Amino acid sequence: MHELSVTENILAIAEKHARKAGATRVTDIHIVIGQLSSIVDDSVQFYWDMISEGTLCTGAKLHFSRKPAQMHCRACQHTFTLIRGELIPCPECSSMDLRIVSGEEFFLDSIEIERDQPDQEP
Amino acid sequence: MSPERVTIVEKIMDANDQIAALNRARFDRAGVFAVNLMASPGAGKTTLILETIHRLAPRLRMGVIEGDTAPVTIDADKVTAAGMPAVQINTGGDCHLDGMMMSRGMDQLPLESLDLVIVENVGNLICPAAFNLGTHANVLIASIPEGDDKPYKYPNIYRGLQALIVSKTDLLPYIQFNMDYFLKGVEALNPGLVHFPVAALRGDGMDAWIQWLEAQVAAKKKA
Repeated sequence: MHELSVTENILAIAEKHARKAGATRVTDIHIVIGQLSSIVDDSVQFYWDMISEGTLCTGAKLHFSRKPAQMHCRACQHTFTLIRGELIPCPECSSMDLRIVSGEEFFLDSIEIERDQPDQEP
Repeated sequence: MSPERVTIVEKIMDANDQIAALNRARFDRAGVFAVNLMASPGAGKTTLILETIHRLAPRLRMGVIEGDTAPVTIDADKVTAAGMPAVQINTGGDCHLDGMMMSRGMDQLPLESLDLVIVENVGNLICPAAFNLGTHANVLIASIPEGDDKPYKYPNIYRGLQALIVSKTDLLPYIQFNMDYFLKGVEALNPGLVHFPVAALRGDGMDAWIQWLEAQVAAKKKA
């Protein structure tokens, strides 16, 4: 349930970059979440709707891109994907001598914004 | 007016990480070694802290930061009764301590005249793992009654550890707990992690933990 703090961070980062870019409105926010980072999209969305009201990000749509957890087996060099977040032995050789290749990502990738275009010639 | 894409690629926990780095620098300047003690509720965090304080009190000056979800000072009172400065942080229902709460807790401790600060995080195996505090070591207490499958179910918390305490080992005869299976999971998540089996109330295994902790404090003093 630490998603409230996490959502506040997402809002702060999005607003900071939107202001820097001179945006009048943020329409979409793209977030990358690794399978192992224990963040629940639905909870983030729930808090988002509450805390983004009255900001540049009001009504912005959140897009979550889930990165699967990839494991590498040191014993047999097999690389495999964890279907759930739960740790399992290597499906090839049953070894637990594993290394995490990916799945721990958690970052704000990009935002889509609208802005007034005073410079544009007709 | 067509929407425009702005690339950001910024870690969502970045703000907390920055505050944690400031906390770390403050500890370093004061020559204090700081431990973030995490565990599920009832694993024996407070007992371990009290037993640790009791053993180190003749040699080290210590302070404790107690994180609780409600304004209950039971844990802080016990530490104060043991003669050590304790700060109570009420997280206001939050499931974890974060860098900012930690910083406020540090404000209330006489850091310059301490050697060791122990932070008792909120009892939880998920949320505390996501928030750096700026401490030098993350230590988890896994108690025998919780079961041997916890590394497999809560991999995140095991990955960021510098030490693991396996507590309540005196209950092993009464509980199905496969130590090999447990330690295999730990090894996969955190290769080479140092672990200390203890029964804190009986004193079993406490010496090894105390030695490790004292060595960390001494290394910090020299640095």
